[in-house]
Amino acid sequence: MTRIAIPAYDGAVNAEVSVTESLSDHPHHHDHAHDHAGSEVPSDPALRTKALESLLIDKGLVDPAAIDAWVDAYESRIGPRRGAQIVARAWVDPQFKARLLQDATRAIEPFGFLGREGQHIVVLENTPTVHNLVVCTLCSCYPWGLLGLPPRWYKAAPYRARSVIDPRGVLAEFGVVLGDEVEVRVWDSTAEIRYLVLPERPAGTDGLSEAELAELVTRDAMIGVVKVEGPKGRKP
Amino acid sequence: MNGVHDMGGTHGHGPIAPEDEKHEPLWHAPWEARMLGITRGMTYPKGFNIDRFRHIRELMPPALYLARSYYDHWYAVCVAALLNGGLATREEIKSGHAAPGSARRNDAARGDQVWQSQKTQGIFTRELTTPPLFAIGQRVRARNINPTGHTRLPRYVRGKLGVVRIHHGGHVFPDTNAHMQGEAPQHLYTVAFSMRELWGADASARDETCVDLWESYLEPA
Repeated sequence: MTRIAIPAYDGAVNAEVSVTESLSDHPHHHDHAHDHAGSEVPSDPALRTKALESLLIDKGLVDPAAIDAWVDAYESRIGPRRGAQIVARAWVDPQFKARLLQDATRAIEPFGFLGREGQHIVVLENTPTVHNLVVCTLCSCYPWGLLGLPPRWYKAAPYRARSVIDPRGVLAEFGVVLGDEVEVRVWDSTAEIRYLVLPERPAGTDGLSEAELAELVTRDAMIGVVKVEGPKGRKP
Repeated sequence: MNGVHDMGGTHGHGPIAPEDEKHEPLWHAPWEARMLGITRGMTYPKGFNIDRFRHIRELMPPALYLARSYYDHWYAVCVAALLNGGLATREEIKSGHAAPGSARRNDAARGDQVWQSQKTQGIFTRELTTPPLFAIGQRVRARNINPTGHTRLPRYVRGKLGVVRIHHGGHVFPDTNAHMQGEAPQHLYTVAFSMRELWGADASARDETCVDLWESYLEPA
């Protein structure tokens, strides 16, 4: 096993990170009775980010149009509707579903959805006896290319910490209570493989078109924390 | 490194308290969007890569790591990368202005290149000439190692027995790539660990956790 320690590099980075800490210091607001670690003033990162943006533009280290383009990509072009299209297609097309479960990357390629944080895809099928749940305990790896921006809770400590030790408790917090007959499989995204859950098709959806089915598919269901619900107002 | 980022199985972080998907905003403050755009669009030091990005994030002091929000982590990483790579000075970061007389670059990625570049970024598979050491279905043990640098071997699986579920072929090895020591690709596997193996007799006998592990993290069992 490779053991790597580069003290100069690591020490330098630690020093730099401490600089960022000093940037967020607010002596005039100091209150020792207060939990300082949790008292982030919302406007501070806004000001620091603005200063960073100005500096990078000033130095030619970023094209302001590139910042706008990345924001626009995730606001209007890359989001969970992509994953929902994949799921709906799998629900109506058994051959596609078989290809998807066999080699998701290749099956998804024709949709044009492959890209950053989503070049190597594995699709996990939920069934009446298997429930899959996706997490990244070490950082926040997520299939951005298929689901867009990750939700805040997915990136936060409680979900990252608990999913691998108490997935049933986590699911219960999302309102999903699974019986003992169901096997829970947690997938910790420690590499560049990005996992997408193929939820169970809800009952009462036989007459729906592929597009109508896609409307039912939620982001959270494709992470595996909830199930897809049938159309409202229809009896299952 | 055995850092605070390695959260799997730790207690005490409180409830998940998810927001309702239908009402959750894309951003929780406007600066988050700018920080995403900056992180994706800015110029990094030569040789910088996603593993180095993750490692710098891990190097945040633990209290800071836990107190800062996600996109604020990105801010810390970007600033550290700029300072460490000599692309900006502390004074510049603080002031938000380039130092008088400093050089201006003209090679930043252009806005009109973003859409195409996001499609081609992030391919980590590499051809290997060496055959895989492990086969699907084979029992393996995650090594009990504690590298001080970057690693993607979570503490909660170290020393534990598992079964190889998927072989992904050759993938860039983060432990070297994060330290600019090359991609050194290895075979990557998905290994399934039973909850009982990971967490003891009180855990579910039915459930399991699957983790993606590089070949050098594993030994035959």
